[in-house]
Amino acid sequence: MPVEVVMPQMGESIFEGTITKWLKKPGEKVERDEPLFEISTDKVDAEIPAPAAGVLKEIKVGEGQTVPIQTVVAVIDADGAAAATPALAAAPAKAEAPKPAATALAPATTTPAVAPSPAAAPAAAATGAPAAPRRDGHRVHSSPLVRRLAREHNIDLSTLRGTGVGGRISKKDILAAIQTGGPRPPAAAPGAAPGVPGALAHVVLENAVPRERIYFGRYEVQPMSVMRQRIAEHMVVSKRVSPHVYSLDEADMTRIVELRERTKGEFEKRYEVKLTFMPFFVRTCIEGLRAFPTVNASADGTNVVLHHEINIGIAVALDWGLIVPVLKNAEEKNFLGLQRAINDLAERARTKKLKPEEVQEGTFSITNPGVFGGLTGLPVINQPNVAILGIGGIQKRPVVINDAIAIRSMVYLTLSYDHRVVDGAVAHQFMGKVKSALENWAEGVL
Amino acid sequence: MATVTYLEAIRQALFEEMERDPAVVLLGEDVGVYGGAFKVTAGLLERFGWERVMDTPISETAIVGAAIGMGYLGLRPVVEMQFIDFIACCFNQLTNFAAKSHYRWGAPVPLVVRGPSGGGVHGGPFHSANPEMYFVHTPGLKVVYPATAYDAKGLLKSAIRDNNPVLFFEHKFLYRRTKEELPAEEYTVPLGKAVVRRPGRDLTIVSYAAMMHTSLEAAELLSKEGIEAEVIDLRTLLPLDRETLLASVKQTNKLLVVHEDTRTGGIAGEIAALVCEGAFEDLDGPIVRVTSLDTPVPFSPPLEERFLPNVSRVVDAARELARY
Repeated sequence: MPVEVVMPQMGESIFEGTITKWLKKPGEKVERDEPLFEISTDKVDAEIPAPAAGVLKEIKVGEGQTVPIQTVVAVIDADGAAAATPALAAAPAKAEAPKPAATALAPATTTPAVAPSPAAAPAAAATGAPAAPRRDGHRVHSSPLVRRLAREHNIDLSTLRGTGVGGRISKKDILAAIQTGGPRPPAAAPGAAPGVPGALAHVVLENAVPRERIYFGRYEVQPMSVMRQRIAEHMVVSKRVSPHVYSLDEADMTRIVELRERTKGEFEKRYEVKLTFMPFFVRTCIEGLRAFPTVNASADGTNVVLHHEINIGIAVALDWGLIVPVLKNAEEKNFLGLQRAINDLAERARTKKLKPEEVQEGTFSITNPGVFGGLTGLPVINQPNVAILGIGGIQKRPVVINDAIAIRSMVYLTLSYDHRVVDGAVAHQFMGKVKSALENWAEGVL
Repeated sequence: MATVTYLEAIRQALFEEMERDPAVVLLGEDVGVYGGAFKVTAGLLERFGWERVMDTPISETAIVGAAIGMGYLGLRPVVEMQFIDFIACCFNQLTNFAAKSHYRWGAPVPLVVRGPSGGGVHGGPFHSANPEMYFVHTPGLKVVYPATAYDAKGLLKSAIRDNNPVLFFEHKFLYRRTKEELPAEEYTVPLGKAVVRRPGRDLTIVSYAAMMHTSLEAAELLSKEGIEAEVIDLRTLLPLDRETLLASVKQTNKLLVVHEDTRTGGIAGEIAALVCEGAFEDLDGPIVRVTSLDTPVPFSPPLEERFLPNVSRVVDAARELARY
């Protein structure tokens, strides 16, 4: 019995996915729920488990291809026999057709579907055919209204850039195109983005120099992964939309370093969780964000949206890129809860087990260039936040205290903030609050 | 001029129609001496006497059966269900006899069945129902569910004057909470006509009864964000006012349906189909529903709050749809 494997919908606003890797070859056996292929969507990368046990009979969508959700990407022969004998094929048919007369016919009708016959493939593949024109391998998403208006005004939709959710061409876009007397040049569309709340408009990644100046000598060309493209688009938009300002400060971590040294063995034994520095930073940032709510905000045109929840995005470096899972309602968690949540999110980021909603709705972000030996770094704001904290490496340094030189564990902290919303005075007071909370840490961790 | 509550408007309609037409009679549990569980019929016994305001035994089947017979003999009975939930008891009388009588025997039944409906007042699973869709699925009936005092009065008067059975749902949350000044002169509101309560260009919100007020409140908030929602009050669910719905969707190109009835089989599905049939090429986004959950109405107040749609759920859905 063939079982169709489809591109899953990995979240409400996701309409397509790219197959990045097949983990099984046609003819190989798969167990139910065993990882079958890897996908990459606008929001997350994920391993997709097999919906049934059997033999992978056919792969319909190859690696690197992007298809709409629910498209059939593969077929599993759930009987477990790739070269099915008529006897095997008849077994499930019997269950469905109780009449003795029907059993005689059953092998004849089911065999073509089960046997690896090339004739059966085109008919099945047709159901996965793209419904709309493509350009650059992207499906053009619009709506019945937009398609009617495009037809009536003779506009080629594949030449338009959409500002709707996920780059969808909306009524607004097509009306604008009609008004300006035809398709707008693609580069013009991102300029209209400030009115778009939430989802990042699709951005054209332009070159800074003419292409001929890029290719010289010996080289190889690697296409960007979907994740790489999303990071690139996000960074370009963030830098263009948000005027970044940077504040640099340092904090004396000696108390916390000593506390951690003293308690980490017991902490790990008691809770079976590693004790890291991250929850200390998250906790102190929460104090700062509570005191200065404009840092825990988003900008929407001429409005500032002050978030009542504190949802902290924590950058996790992956071998294949970067992702920022969000620790939701961080202000409601105790120290142990923070540490558990941080470890859990990071672990699931590395094993591609994050859900799309877990990388959304952040209100502030933290990145930690220090773990890779960086003294410090100046991060780019993670939209739609207005600020991001960079944590440098903790190092012992000579520090002057009361006119004496002491050896203290120091860390550089940087804050990149959006000057549309946050001014220097607020940013430095926020940093002061975080710094003093770190230096005067009084809470026990056990 | 004094403001009149939704409840008082219903009483005014009953009073005026009984004054106007001696064939109009009331039947129901405790509608006479006690004046009705919600006091909708208070004072009517005193004014019109026991022959026209009849307290009945507790048998909804008997009440509606008797009323159908009265209708055949020239009276215009108005039956009260003490709570509309109990209308399930006379389902057979309504769907097999009242609804089909005109079609099968050429004998119309000029019957109105009215009663307090809907949740939001912690009435629990047996005193909060919105059973309108059982009857919207029944050809031969008319189903009315007003949202305002003006409409409650005008629609009930039209229902009483209609020669065929009309089910008149009254939202009990609105009984004393919604009020307005009513015209001194006589008026009626036609059955089968929806009304645009608030004009808008960005999306259409279709609703009725208590959720119409929720939708209007949501539209007010959305307007502050620059999203202009058009709010349509259905007023009559059967027959549906197809023209008003399609005209609005053809302008706004997006549709959100909000109802307090549970989701599966709610009227939102019917409206979605109707709009797909009549205005598919005008749609610029998916048709979205905000409804109650597919469970009985919970008794626990926090659970009921979770069960019912509210302003913020409508705002969230409308916001998503607007930026789609």
